[in-house]
Amino acid sequence: MENVIRGRAYKFGDNINSDIIIPGRYLIYIEPEKLAEHAFEVLGADVPKKLRSYDIFVAGRNFGCGSAREQAATAIIGLGVKAVIASSFARTFYRNAINSGLPIIECPSLHEAVREDDQIEIDIARGVIQCSSKQYAFPKFPDSVRKLLELGGLAEYLKQSVST
Amino acid sequence: MTIAEKILARTSGLQSVSPGQIVDAYPDLVMSHTATWRSVSVMEKAGAKKLYDPDRIAIVLDHIAPAKTEKNAADQQKSRNFARQYGIKKFYDIDAGIAHLVLMEAGHVAPGDLIVGTDSHCTIYGSLGALGTGIGYTEVTSVWITGKLWMKVPETVRIQLNGNFAKNVYAKDLMLHLIGKLGADGCTYESVEFYGDMVSGLSVSERMTMTNLAMEMGVKCAFVPPDAKTKEYLAGRLTSRKYEEIRSDPDAKFSREIAVDLGKLEPMVACPHEVENTKVIGEVVGTQIDQVFLGSCANAKYEDLVVAADILKGKKIHPNVRFIITPGSKEIMLAAIKSGVLSTLIESGGTLTNPGCGACAGDGGILADGEVCLSTANRNFLGRMGSSKAEIYLCSPATMAASAIRGVISDPREL
Repeated sequence: MENVIRGRAYKFGDNINSDIIIPGRYLIYIEPEKLAEHAFEVLGADVPKKLRSYDIFVAGRNFGCGSAREQAATAIIGLGVKAVIASSFARTFYRNAINSGLPIIECPSLHEAVREDDQIEIDIARGVIQCSSKQYAFPKFPDSVRKLLELGGLAEYLKQSVST
Repeated sequence: MTIAEKILARTSGLQSVSPGQIVDAYPDLVMSHTATWRSVSVMEKAGAKKLYDPDRIAIVLDHIAPAKTEKNAADQQKSRNFARQYGIKKFYDIDAGIAHLVLMEAGHVAPGDLIVGTDSHCTIYGSLGALGTGIGYTEVTSVWITGKLWMKVPETVRIQLNGNFAKNVYAKDLMLHLIGKLGADGCTYESVEFYGDMVSGLSVSERMTMTNLAMEMGVKCAFVPPDAKTKEYLAGRLTSRKYEEIRSDPDAKFSREIAVDLGKLEPMVACPHEVENTKVIGEVVGTQIDQVFLGSCANAKYEDLVVAADILKGKKIHPNVRFIITPGSKEIMLAAIKSGVLSTLIESGGTLTNPGCGACAGDGGILADGEVCLSTANRNFLGRMGSSKAEIYLCSPATMAASAIRGVISDPREL
């Protein structure tokens, strides 16, 4: 995880469920690249390709609801997305994202203000998002979560704790 | 304390906990289903060789079973080999059925247990008073190795059910009503406890439907407090250990109370493509359907098959409708064979598949562009059963059966 994450925003609505993020038939894969080929494809065949040109997702309420599939986070990582900001997250997605090393940020005030293609800057250490010359605060990550994100996820953490 | 607070306090070795507190909890059981091979891969990559406690691990191969492709077969082989190598006694192969139902039937779930697993519908264990919640496969590996995971103590919502169900209205209709009213994030991160005079009369099967569907309003866990019905269900199943019936204290703090007048409820249907998009049956009666599905951990228990069979007995389904029957487990299928319930369903025009997740998880029963399925499952998300140009409606087994006969969504009260 970078300390400052910058990039172009793609905007989603409310209740983007994990079946939309990655349909169940692709759960036979765990590789980010493979999953990314089919991420969000139920929204249109060209959508996975289009999403690759964005760096940050900004969504409304309850992002990642539904299935506990970890590959929802993996698929987003595979698209090259560096962070997801939402008004709120479903709990299983929230856990899976942190465990996969994908920074996720709850910031309800950003969703209405943001427009697609906006340039966004997330300052992880300060807990501030910069968008169209306005600033939006978010709660900073607790140390344990930050450590997991910096390592790139729980698998890496496990590897390190097994070897020590 | 509430039920969730008591369970999280016990499993983290604390006298008491309060909402918002983060604890290191040691689950009594960690379940993985078809995702098991992924957890095994994570373990291999981490270089780990030792499990915290093999007896706390349960594996059930339920999604995509039997194997459909060589890759599925190899993945299942990896799960089987792991179970053998590490002496996992609670291993259930492709013949068993849906993990949740199989584990409860086998006596692996007791009131007061903490159970985590690779499936969001782990909330169903609350039907027996256990705290069940979903996690990802990497976290399952972590619990296999370390025995623990961090958990945040949730707030608890009290749902008060007043009165009783009208005829042909079921726990499924109650839950669709609640999800519609509260929304898909109506109880995000919260625990839910169901109360009311009629709850003591509700079968464990109906309680399973309630705690299963509670997931669709975002809960972390859901409970029907254990009582005589719980004891009756566990008798002869849970014989290897004693358990304590954990209930909330009289002075437990609930974040809010939601009351439902059951007598006013009507059959409900969740319309495409979100479970919260619910309507009372009258608003959707007449919608053309191509397929009905009697399956899933929400509504493919023995009682659910009986409800459908009672309506379909001596009748034929509409010629334009395909009827897929997927019993929740082997035990359920055997009971339905012995009682003749399965014969009734098949004679009406249904086709039987092996027990498991089946069409709910897109394994068989795939829909083509423009097709409509009326399903007893718990999710109707876009593309979940095949084409993203198909539509899924959710309902009770009674509404499904009545609709199968007429070929359009129909009110079971009219039959």
